[in-house]
Amino acid sequence: MNRFALPLGIFTLLVVLLAIGLSLDPREVPSPFIGKPTPVFSLPALYQPDQQFSPQQLEGKVWLFNVWASWCVSCRQEHPLLMQLSKQNLVPIYGLNYKDESNDAKQWLQQWGNPYQLSAHDLTGSVGIDWGVYGVPETFVVDKAGVVRHKHIGPVTVDALENELLPLVKKLQAEG
Amino acid sequence: MNIKFYSLLFIGLLVLSGKLFAGVEIQRFENAQQQQQYKKLIDELRCLVCQNQNLADSDAELAQDLRKKVADMIVSNKSEDEIIDYMVARYGDFVLYRPPFKLQTLLLWLGPFLILVVAVLVLVKNIRAQQAKEKITVASAQKEKARQILEQKEGEK
Repeated sequence: MNRFALPLGIFTLLVVLLAIGLSLDPREVPSPFIGKPTPVFSLPALYQPDQQFSPQQLEGKVWLFNVWASWCVSCRQEHPLLMQLSKQNLVPIYGLNYKDESNDAKQWLQQWGNPYQLSAHDLTGSVGIDWGVYGVPETFVVDKAGVVRHKHIGPVTVDALENELLPLVKKLQAEG
Repeated sequence: MNIKFYSLLFIGLLVLSGKLFAGVEIQRFENAQQQQQYKKLIDELRCLVCQNQNLADSDAELAQDLRKKVADMIVSNKSEDEIIDYMVARYGDFVLYRPPFKLQTLLLWLGPFLILVVAVLVLVKNIRAQQAKEKITVASAQKEKARQILEQKEGEK
């Protein structure tokens, strides 16, 4: 009996460790921005290129910052959910149109609907780099003080929206 | 005819293979030191899109952008540390292929040595046990021999 205790113990430990490893998502790299002020930028708005958008303009509001592009396949996946969210008027969604031609982007919004209050047009992707974007779509939650509180990587799912994003938004909106 | 065909095919593939290496764009620097610095940095920085490649190996768009960023920063005389800090500030420690030594990564750095120490301890213990067992068997073998000799002597009497 004792002879088997050690190998069995090691085996069980290995199974547990591997199971934990399998359940982790290596693509979810923790963002160094959580708890820090939003990176500063100023970009032309997609529909009014002469109007500059910068996150400072939204101080005092809780808002979602959704990074999207017309060439991004998974953006299509989360899009109906964003449309639905924008109709509910729970939280304003601002977009970062990442490395996209302005005409392609506009056409995409026309075809599938525009859930954004405004999309900042980041043609070169430099603002994307400043926000640590590496896998479009990404969604940031920014609080009233302009601090990044959460980052969702990949398409927003119903589960993520209802269990992570919206509860956090409600909590932040209740904050002073 | 067959050999001719295959050698032509081989030469053709050889010529075309050059194209495969043309993926990485060429950055121009003022001096060899900058070139070297660039090479070192893109070897050490991870591409976040295809996570098991560094910036030098990856052909992802983000990797291209980040290579360009590194090149720009080198040309504007930023130090290596400044460039690394810039990347870590945006993408976290994960962007470094060589993780920094700190409390969170203690197990990562020291884990292999810990396993080595445990392995050596187990090995020593096993060898000792083996030696002790051998001693006993040797001793009992000698006893057996002694008994035989004694018995023999008894018989001779």
